[in-house]
Amino acid sequence: MENSLREKVLTRNIGPDLVPADMESYEANGGYKALHKVMSGMSPNDCLEVIKASNLRGRGGAGFPTGMKWSFVPMGDKCSPGHKYLVCNADEMEPGTFKDRLLMECDPHQLIEGMILAAYTIQADRSYIFIRGEYLVAIERLEQALADCYKRGYLGNNILGSGYDLEMHVHTSAGRYICGEETALINALEGKRANPRAKPPFPQVSGLWGRPTIVNNVETLCNISHIIDKGAEWFQSLGIGEDSGTKMFGASGHVKNPGCWELPMGTPIREILEKYAGGMADGRKLKGFLPGGGSTDFLVEEHLDLPMDYGSIGSAGSRMGTGTMIILDDKTCPVGMVLNLLRFFAHESCGFCTPCREGLPWTRQVLEDIESGRGRKEDLETLVRQVKYIGAIGNTHCALAPGAMEPLQSALKYFQSDFDAHVEQGCCPYTQGERV
Amino acid sequence: MSQQLIQSDVALSAEETRQIDAELAHMPQKSGAAIDALKIVQRHRGWVSDESLIAIARYLEMSPETLEGVATFYNLIYRKPVGKKVVLFCDSVSCWICGCDGVKQKITEKLGVDYGETTADNQYTLIPVPCLGACDKAPVMMVGDDLHTHLDNEKIDQIFAGKLSDGEGS
Repeated sequence: MENSLREKVLTRNIGPDLVPADMESYEANGGYKALHKVMSGMSPNDCLEVIKASNLRGRGGAGFPTGMKWSFVPMGDKCSPGHKYLVCNADEMEPGTFKDRLLMECDPHQLIEGMILAAYTIQADRSYIFIRGEYLVAIERLEQALADCYKRGYLGNNILGSGYDLEMHVHTSAGRYICGEETALINALEGKRANPRAKPPFPQVSGLWGRPTIVNNVETLCNISHIIDKGAEWFQSLGIGEDSGTKMFGASGHVKNPGCWELPMGTPIREILEKYAGGMADGRKLKGFLPGGGSTDFLVEEHLDLPMDYGSIGSAGSRMGTGTMIILDDKTCPVGMVLNLLRFFAHESCGFCTPCREGLPWTRQVLEDIESGRGRKEDLETLVRQVKYIGAIGNTHCALAPGAMEPLQSALKYFQSDFDAHVEQGCCPYTQGERV
Repeated sequence: MSQQLIQSDVALSAEETRQIDAELAHMPQKSGAAIDALKIVQRHRGWVSDESLIAIARYLEMSPETLEGVATFYNLIYRKPVGKKVVLFCDSVSCWICGCDGVKQKITEKLGVDYGETTADNQYTLIPVPCLGACDKAPVMMVGDDLHTHLDNEKIDQIFAGKLSDGEGS
């Protein structure tokens, strides 16, 4: 985070020493200013209009417009009496994704302020931070920050004398990737098995305990206080291309300087890889990369000059996803990498629907055969068929299995010769025939 | 689960009950605290035995079968005894690219256990975990509450140095 010219928003309290911002330092740097502004005279609808105008899109991977998502929550007389819920999805488990951990560990108040403002906008009176159980440091700091907020009157009854009440609670999860799917997350919060729910009804209308519920990603919520404080136009101006704001981008794999950086939305991929990640590690060349986590399609060298925004990456046949890139180098076997991902997805299937429960282990098996040198030519055709049927939206209950097919289908497209070489040589060319 | 077990009279401790009650305060119905309660009891007892599970089910007014369905769904609820510390080893994609297979082999040699197994001295249980969100420091794992990063053979030797014989889980 060395470039002083770029505007730091989400990471403005995060220095190289990674010392977490406490209540005092957060407030000294403009924290809770937006909360005071809202509680002393902005209506929920005022807040909604600002977020809508800002063009903020969900940072969890899907990129759905946040303001639009919130606008589906029934308000006032249109809502039956009872609780409404705001839930923060802090279940960061997408393979290769490591951005929310940093935001929560180093600036817990930024997330909480965003959550209070989001909850106020939809008039929720209950909120949960659903966080993965392994994030122990983040859990401890969030709990401390929540306690400080209750003491300060930022949470609880009659927040800052506004008449608005909000409870907030940290729920630590007991694992499973599928909990990142918002309806599965809601089932987990209710103490059930985390099978995704059928939609409709959408959670905005009938979610947690059958009540209107909004689930937003950590990074999405961290943007809210800044947008309320500085306005929609300012937020739009932060992006370089068609999308607004900044984004946490990252790179892992064999690059010189793996890490996570806040950069303008629309920063070219090449700039992230060369300037921030420092280029490829010595002796390794770029072969391809997953732009935003394990369930996104591979892109290759020809895509390096694309801007990292939802539209551009989408047009290239992938998804920006979480924005944390996983780099494949020329010394790493692409078949082995896809096999690793399929092992993960097959293991993490919730088991509810057949194409996912049965299809993913089958795909994994075919890939294991190919990687270990037992593959036949027909196996490659089987993979194409699996991609077609398991990958089709609508054949499965949720997006897990189609997501699992994304790296596979693009690997078959870009690295076909590697698949062929495994079959022809009867071994993995990258491990000189070593059995896996 | 046998009939005899379902009539088990193992009770929750006062401290476990107090902590479960604190979670119940945030839930509109008792079964909502199922996962929290399983985690609380596991924290006190190391794992969730059939008897413990029945005691929790009774306290939350759930059937033991429903709670068993919940308990076995989540990978951080242990329905078998585990060692003093659980080693959560990340073998997801970024760690794999950075050579976690070799590190895993080293751990297996060092501790004499594979996934799902506990060391003979009951110190460690080794299990895989989905991506730990520290991919810029791959390969990584957690030992108990601590995250260990940039793993290699040397680090594994340091982390588990002498731990198998000294009987201390620190």
